[in-house]
Amino acid sequence: MDPTVSLLLNGIVSGLLLGGLYAAAASGLAVSFGMLDIVNIAHPALMVAGGFAVILIGTALGLDPLLVAVLQAPVFYLLGTGIYRAYNHFFERRGDEALQGLAFFFGVMFIIEVGLVMLFGPEQRFLDPDYAFVTWRLGEIDVPLRMLAPALLAMAAIGALWLFLTRSFTGLAIAAVAQDPEALRLMAVDPVRIKRMAFGISVALAAVAGGALVVVQPIDPSSHHVFIGRVFAICIMGGMASLSGAVMAAFLFGVVENVTATFYGPSWSPAVAFGWLLLVLAVRPQGLFGRAA
Amino acid sequence: MTELTRRGLGRAALAGALTASAFPAIAQDSNPIRIGYSMSLSGGLAANGRSALLAQRIWAEDVNARGGLLGRPVQLVTYDDQSNPANVPSLYTKLIDVDKVDIVTSPYATAMIAPSMPVVMQRGMTYVSLFGAGVNERLKYNRYFSMNVTGDDIKGTYARGFLECTKMLPNPPRTISILAVDNDFAQRAAESVRTLAREYGLRIVYDRSYPPSTVDFTPTVRAIQAARPDVVFFASYPPDSNGILRAVSELRMTAALFGGGMIGPQIAAVQAQLGPILNNLVNWDVYSPEPTMKFPGVDAFQEKYRARAPQEQTDVLGNYLQPYAYAQMQVVEQALARTGKVDQAALAEDMRANSFGTIVGDIRFSALGEWAKERNLFVQFQNITDGDLEKYRKPGTKVILYPPELKSGSLKTPYGAPA
Repeated sequence: MDPTVSLLLNGIVSGLLLGGLYAAAASGLAVSFGMLDIVNIAHPALMVAGGFAVILIGTALGLDPLLVAVLQAPVFYLLGTGIYRAYNHFFERRGDEALQGLAFFFGVMFIIEVGLVMLFGPEQRFLDPDYAFVTWRLGEIDVPLRMLAPALLAMAAIGALWLFLTRSFTGLAIAAVAQDPEALRLMAVDPVRIKRMAFGISVALAAVAGGALVVVQPIDPSSHHVFIGRVFAICIMGGMASLSGAVMAAFLFGVVENVTATFYGPSWSPAVAFGWLLLVLAVRPQGLFGRAA
Repeated sequence: MTELTRRGLGRAALAGALTASAFPAIAQDSNPIRIGYSMSLSGGLAANGRSALLAQRIWAEDVNARGGLLGRPVQLVTYDDQSNPANVPSLYTKLIDVDKVDIVTSPYATAMIAPSMPVVMQRGMTYVSLFGAGVNERLKYNRYFSMNVTGDDIKGTYARGFLECTKMLPNPPRTISILAVDNDFAQRAAESVRTLAREYGLRIVYDRSYPPSTVDFTPTVRAIQAARPDVVFFASYPPDSNGILRAVSELRMTAALFGGGMIGPQIAAVQAQLGPILNNLVNWDVYSPEPTMKFPGVDAFQEKYRARAPQEQTDVLGNYLQPYAYAQMQVVEQALARTGKVDQAALAEDMRANSFGTIVGDIRFSALGEWAKERNLFVQFQNITDGDLEKYRKPGTKVILYPPELKSGSLKTPYGAPA
């Protein structure tokens, strides 16, 4: 195979795998930020907290990190509902959700980071399953399981979420609360309860993403900083409230970053990826899959 | 000794209080010598910041156990700068103007030291820094002294040791690749290898930088692989070093000489995770427990450090900056002992004029305050079969290849970690 073609194909494949991790990180935010209009800037920090929980439990019980990520999701769901209760009680119901709500989630983010330092120390932590050191060779294409396994888990979780949002009454109510909470109330559904559940789901997805992150790289309490800009950009690029849009945008981000890194050097990757964001928003202000107002 | 911290790092404060109670005669003295500084106890630099603080606390305990300095107990006054350079100037203003400490020393690393300089210079304080690189190059402050091995001329000397290792290869290499993270130290390191490569007959076939936010290094490593360099030089920071070496392993990349200035493989947690992937990596370092580096006092320090590191949740080995953090305070101690008073001008004069016997060897400062003779170590990881850290306490795992006076073993080639 021509070396340039090989580089291109490998760049695309590794970009798709990286996009899988980004999708895992962004899907929860697509629910909280995209559907509920809650600027949860602490979402990546919750993801890293999920990663630390995976390492703690996985190391103690000798379990696979991705399995632990799924098993701990209900606990993080409850955590998410608790955070939403506080947010709703102190800010949202008073109409202070815009600026003060954002400050609240900044606070949550710092509390999580400092809490992790206090509990685990500032050192990098890791939990590597055996398969994380295996790479499949498909001709000239390399597929490291360190990237593939988390991407597959992310797709499975997002698929389950999509089924839930489109096939269940509660899922449809979550989609509805994003558009018109008053209409939901007229149908005898409590929009606050629906939002609480949706926020719980978004935090549960952050915990799953934390498990995926642990397989990809070691983590420390400040690891979330790298993801804040990317996950919000992906949600906006995909189109607010669009899960499929967030997934597509995550893949696009990953592929653009990695192909750019391959041919033009990694310094250009963020600039080109965020340049794509601007381009998409210039052509489609509502994002790739968003609906025009 | 008593620790003062701002951000409620209660454990450190509790440990300080307990230590104070261990030396009641000294602790009750109302006139301690107070040494103030900020340290990164949270944020991205916290791993090294917290272990440096532990080393400095051990120094203070040692000094107080010997009766203190100038007949007065030593008290460390520290604040958490949260790894945020913007916090540093106000903390040093507080230390000097409000806390009225007798001596200030620096936070950890260039990015945090640089913003402290204007405050320190305005007050005319004598200042011993920890792991700053070229901070005083343009400021030329005559009371600045650096505890770092890199010396005055980073560009001319930093990568020389790595490139000297090319002479140990069975076949002379012809090409080199360079990848460096976009930060000050790594860019200086890359500039050094770029400058010296021609002298060693090496043609640069790949020369790029990467942003610190990079998550996946697979495409970058593949692009380097496609350029087929004989020598591969990385200048990276954690956790990037980890990501680069994992990608190198996954892509089965090999090179006759591989490594450079990667920050990360010096840290115990990274050594535990990467295990045999580190085999034959030739990397910049500052300390290795080889027989050639058994300076007086370093074993005793490491024994104390390692006994306390697990409970303090810091690097368990203390094979990196920790002995230097202790030595930083030894410089202050010896200058105070010689001058016999807390006088900033006299201290600076003493530091310029004398050499210092420390646990990292004898040190003399240049006119710029850097080490008069640089001592960039290049070590090779050898004989690693797993992530067990016990081997890093003994000689033979981080073999010193450069400088010649500290050399403790021979180069193994090529690098090619098992997938």
